[in-house]
Amino acid sequence: MTVPLALEPAGTGWQLELRGDWSLAAMPQIEAQLESLPRALRGPVLCDWSHAAAPGIAPAWALLRRLSDAGLPAAEISHSGSPPHFLELLQKLELDLLRPSGPQVAPLKLEGPIAKLGRWSVLQGRHARGVLEFLGRIAAVIGQAFRRPRALRISSLARHVYETGITAIPIVSLIAFLISVIVAYIGAQQLSRFGADIFVVDLVTIAVLREMGVLLTAIIVAGRSGSAFAAEIGVMQLNEETDALRAMGMNPIEMLVVPRVLALIIVLPLLTVIADAMGLAGGGLLSLIDLNIPLPQFTYRLRESLSPTTFWSGLIKAPVFAALIAMVGTYRGMQVRDSARELGRLTTAAVVQSIFLVILADALFAVLFQKINF
Amino acid sequence: MLDRSVDPVIRVRSLGNRFGSQVVHDGLDMEVRQNEIFGVVGGSGTGKSVLLRSILGLRHPDAGTVELYGRDVQTLAAADRSSLVQSYGVTFQNGALISSLTVAQNIQLPLREHYSLSEYTLDELAQLNLALVGLEPEAGAKFPSQLSGGMIKRAALARALALEPKLLFLDEPTSGLDPISAAAFDELLLYLHAQLRLTVVMITHDLDTLFETCTRVGVIVDKHMISDTLDGMLENPHPWIHSYFHGARARAAEKENHG
Repeated sequence: MTVPLALEPAGTGWQLELRGDWSLAAMPQIEAQLESLPRALRGPVLCDWSHAAAPGIAPAWALLRRLSDAGLPAAEISHSGSPPHFLELLQKLELDLLRPSGPQVAPLKLEGPIAKLGRWSVLQGRHARGVLEFLGRIAAVIGQAFRRPRALRISSLARHVYETGITAIPIVSLIAFLISVIVAYIGAQQLSRFGADIFVVDLVTIAVLREMGVLLTAIIVAGRSGSAFAAEIGVMQLNEETDALRAMGMNPIEMLVVPRVLALIIVLPLLTVIADAMGLAGGGLLSLIDLNIPLPQFTYRLRESLSPTTFWSGLIKAPVFAALIAMVGTYRGMQVRDSARELGRLTTAAVVQSIFLVILADALFAVLFQKINF
Repeated sequence: MLDRSVDPVIRVRSLGNRFGSQVVHDGLDMEVRQNEIFGVVGGSGTGKSVLLRSILGLRHPDAGTVELYGRDVQTLAAADRSSLVQSYGVTFQNGALISSLTVAQNIQLPLREHYSLSEYTLDELAQLNLALVGLEPEAGAKFPSQLSGGMIKRAALARALALEPKLLFLDEPTSGLDPISAAAFDELLLYLHAQLRLTVVMITHDLDTLFETCTRVGVIVDKHMISDTLDGMLENPHPWIHSYFHGARARAAEKENHG
């Protein structure tokens, strides 16, 4: 392979012979050769292009930059042997380009942990204010709805009830059924060792109705709809659709956020009821197959194990979880600015945070219910 | 007069495109020759962008063939395809800069993908391409969302030029620009065309740009393309072409150019 360039002394200066492939494809080799040129050059340099094949813009540019880095003024560089047609343009651009004088020294950063902590707390404070403002705006829209029912946007609400609720029924049912089969199966394995098979029914009933039905549904909905809310509103932000709504005198909170929040508050309790039913069905089926407990006995035992509050203590959590999921999703969506990466980051944040908040709220409910014997 | 003996850079033969029952192109022919600036014109919904997408191989046409440099775009093997893609540059209507990368990183993106270059060289080349399109070196560190409309168009052009293409496709390069920025863009295009010996295919609605820059124009009417020089177009009797090139706006653009 030919070496792309050769530097030879000629008279008072140098002759630089350019050989072989000088296209963009040969750039790595050319780059390496340019590196090996002396750091500083004196005297006129004549570049001979007559043996350079298919010279490209980038290699020619790299050559010019390298020569001027070596301290050669433009007047001392000449070209011969049919130089490429764009060379003149490059020479002109190269002259225009102001070089930074001397190496750039990055300013020293003396940022102690205290400054970091301060910055962090200011940021958190701003976040908290943003969340509070968001909640306030939602409350304002809902407050208005008493005087102006149109603010509720019934058609939009209906669409979201359909999209977040009706279409989620199959997946919620399936997962509730399977999880409760698993719980019943593990319970049966353990309890049958004491001959307490029948308590599997209590286990399944209480676990599904109090906790699992609603928690599973909330997590599925957070993954399905929380992310969808954030992504939908986020893309609208990127396309300036929300700005367009504002400019037309419409409130994006009223148009986009409140219908989603209300829809989820309506839908999640209903989905929870379905999940409860499917969970009990799963437990019943496993009891029948694995433990030979016939269905009438299962339902009898089920009624025995229920206290009046069991079902309600699960269901009452659903609207709270729904509000958390919907508000986190829409809030994160409204925060999207500028780039596709932000959209991805905030959509992920929406799902992770809403699931976290749901579980945190569930723990608080558990403590509360225990204190008030609910 | 253009040299007719040279093979055309782009040759589209009896192209057909339809969406469901809606026929967009039916037997459309188009030829672009070396070193031309070819303007593509047509009313809304006549399939200018569809034509561009067919030429670029982004859309599989329902009928007909598309040849770039004498090679059929649709039947190319993957390896040939990659080399073909490197031989042209494209700018999209809204810039289509990657929003999570800075302008300099956008320009370096195709270079990084196809060549292994040092960071120093990549920075140098970003500088070069910014300088080519008349952007300040500082613009390289900015994100697309921080740029004005005119700067986005220039940055997109800088990215399209990064692989040193001989052929450039521009989709509405001056749409959404103020007349001064648009005129500056026309000037830049003519300058690059002359200096880099580019062949340019440009979709445009901007009559000023058309009169200022284009050597030939193809008008999409009745699902076909009628190609001619601008002077030829001015005498074309087709009613749509006549009203396009003889409307009030066209007369103003023409007067400005000739006067």
